[in-house]
Amino acid sequence: MEHILLRDLDIPDIWQFDTYLANGGYEGLKHAVKHSPSEVIQIVLDANLRGRGGAGFSTGRKWSFIPQDAAIKYVVVNADESEPGTFKDRQLLEHNPHQVIEGALIAAYAIQAAAVYIYARGEFWDLSYALEDHIDEARQANLLGENILGSGWSCDVFVHRGAGAYICGEESALLNSLQGLLGQPRVRPPFPAQVGGGLYYQPTVVNNVETLANVPWIMLNGADAYKAIGTPESPGPKIFCVSGHAARPGNYELPLGTTFRELIFEHAGGVRDGKALKAILPCGASGPVLPATDDVLDTPLTYEAVTKLGSTLGSASVILMDENTDMVWAAARMVHFFRHESCGKCTPCREGTFWLERVYERLLRGEGTPRDLEILESVPRQMTGVTLCALGDFAASPVLGTLQHFRDEYERYVGISAPEAEAVAEEAVPVEAGAGGEL
Amino acid sequence: MLTDKYADRIEKIFAKYPDKRSGIMDLLYLAQEEYGWLSEDALREVAGLCGVDPTQAHSIAGFYTMYSEKPKGKYWLQVCTDLPCALRGADTFFTGLCEYLGLGEDGGTTQDGLFTVERVMCLAACDKAPVMQCNFFYHEHLDLDKAIALIKKLRVDAVQEAAPDPSELDDPAGGTE
Repeated sequence: MEHILLRDLDIPDIWQFDTYLANGGYEGLKHAVKHSPSEVIQIVLDANLRGRGGAGFSTGRKWSFIPQDAAIKYVVVNADESEPGTFKDRQLLEHNPHQVIEGALIAAYAIQAAAVYIYARGEFWDLSYALEDHIDEARQANLLGENILGSGWSCDVFVHRGAGAYICGEESALLNSLQGLLGQPRVRPPFPAQVGGGLYYQPTVVNNVETLANVPWIMLNGADAYKAIGTPESPGPKIFCVSGHAARPGNYELPLGTTFRELIFEHAGGVRDGKALKAILPCGASGPVLPATDDVLDTPLTYEAVTKLGSTLGSASVILMDENTDMVWAAARMVHFFRHESCGKCTPCREGTFWLERVYERLLRGEGTPRDLEILESVPRQMTGVTLCALGDFAASPVLGTLQHFRDEYERYVGISAPEAEAVAEEAVPVEAGAGGEL
Repeated sequence: MLTDKYADRIEKIFAKYPDKRSGIMDLLYLAQEEYGWLSEDALREVAGLCGVDPTQAHSIAGFYTMYSEKPKGKYWLQVCTDLPCALRGADTFFTGLCEYLGLGEDGGTTQDGLFTVERVMCLAACDKAPVMQCNFFYHEHLDLDKAIALIKKLRVDAVQEAAPDPSELDDPAGGTE
C-alpha cells in the first residue's frame, strides 16, 4: 500500500517543493479554498480524524470550537515531539515537510486564521531552518501570504524554536513559551479555542504535526475514503514508532486497528537477538506498561482497545523490552525523565516526581525496604488528577504500571542486602545497558 | 553588541511576532551563538531588546536545557540516555565517551575546554540509538569508535580554526592588486 503520511518512503525526494507539487502537493489546499471554511470543518469532522499527538480528540470538533466572529485567530503546529520513544514528527518534518505545511494551511483556512506558528523543539535545529526555506518556497508560489490562491484570505506561516523542555508539548505551556513566557501550563478555562485562552489570548487551534499531515489527503479523497481505513472509532493511518529491543526499530505507517503482534513481529522484525518479548510500553513513558501476553499482542492498536487494556495508545510510541529487562530499573529511568521535566508549577507533580526518584535510587542501591513499596503505591495516587496538566498523571503511570504487572521484581529489591541487590541488577539489566543503579 | 552586528537577523526575528517578547527565545540563541554562553551582560542585552526585565530573561534561560548560563566546551556533546536509548546501549556508550575524554561518570568539560559531555533527555531519535547532539546537530547509530573518530576530527578542526588564516598571511598588500 502506498503511504499517505510517510510518502518519503515511496518518493524519497518529496521534501522538495517541485517533487511535492508534481505528486499532488497542495492540491488539498486548492480544493479546500473552493469550499467555505465551515464545509472544510465538516469534511474533517465526517472523517473522524483524531488528534495524533496523544489525546485522540476529534480534530474537526477542535476546529469547530473556534468562534467565527473573533477578529484574530491562530493555528499552532505542535512539533515539540519529546515523549521518549516518539520520533514520527521528526521524520515527517524532515522528509515530507510540505504536507505538514499544507495541512496547517487547510486548518488555518478552516478557522480563517491570520497566522500559523510551527513550534519546533529546539533540538530540531537544522530541520527548523530547512522548514523556513520550505515555507519561503510555498510563499513564492502564493500558497501562503497575501490573498492565497485568489481566495481573498491571507495567512503567513512562521517557525518558533523551543529550547529543550518536554512540558512545552503540553498545549498551554507551548502557548506560553511562544509568547516568551515561562513554558508552564495555564489554568483552564479559558481553553485555547476560546477568547482569552489561545496564543496572545486569541482563539487558537493547536494540532500535532502528524494530525495535520492527514488533512490534505482527507480534502482530496473525502471523509468516506478516509473512514475506509482503520476502525469506525479510530479511522485512518497512524505512524507507529517502534523502539527499544526491536529487531528493526523505526516508523511504521499502518492502519489503526493493526494488532500489536503484526506491528511488532511482521513489521519491526520481533525482538532482537531472538529473545522473548517481556513488556510493551504502548505510548512512550507516559502510559502504563503492558505485559507481552497473547491477549495484549492480539489487541488492535486503536484508541478504544488500548484504553480497555488499562493503558493508552497516546502517540503510539511502542517501546519493546525483552526478557532480560529489569522493570524496576526501567521504571526508575522513566521516573527520572519526569522528575527532570516537571515544570515545577504544581506541588504534587514537582514534589511527587522528586520523592519517587529518591525511592527508586534507594531501591537500585539495594537499600530498599518494604516501606518503600508502600510509598511507591501511595505517592503516585496523590499526583494524579490534581495538577494543571497531565504530567503528574504521566509520571505516576510507569510506577503504577510496573507495580501492577511486575510486582515480584520490586519484591526482589526489597529486604535483601546491597551486594545481593547489585547481583540481581547486573543479572537482570541487559549487559549493554550497564548496571542498574546508574541514575 | 548584537544590534550592531546582527540588525537584519534581529529584525527578522521580531517580524515573526506581534509581540517583541516572543522573540526572546531566538534572541537568546543568537546571544549564545555570539558569546558562547549567556552571561549576565548577554541576558541584560537580550532583555533590553525584548523590553522585559533581566530577571525574566534569566528565568527563561534557566528553564530550558539548550541555553547555558555557564561557559561550555567548544563542542557540546549531549547524549540521550532515556529509556529507549538505554535499552540499546546508551549508558555504556555514555560511560565510554566520558572515560575516553578523561571525564567522570557524569560527564563535564575537558581541561582543554574543547568538549562538554552531558546526558540529555529524549532527542526523538530512539530508532537510531545511541544518539547524541554535537552543538545541536544529530549524530546517530553511534558506537564508541564512531564517537572517537568524531572527537579526533573535531580536535583537528579546532586547531585549524585557531591557526591564522593563510590567505591573510599571503597577502601583505591587503588585498589590492
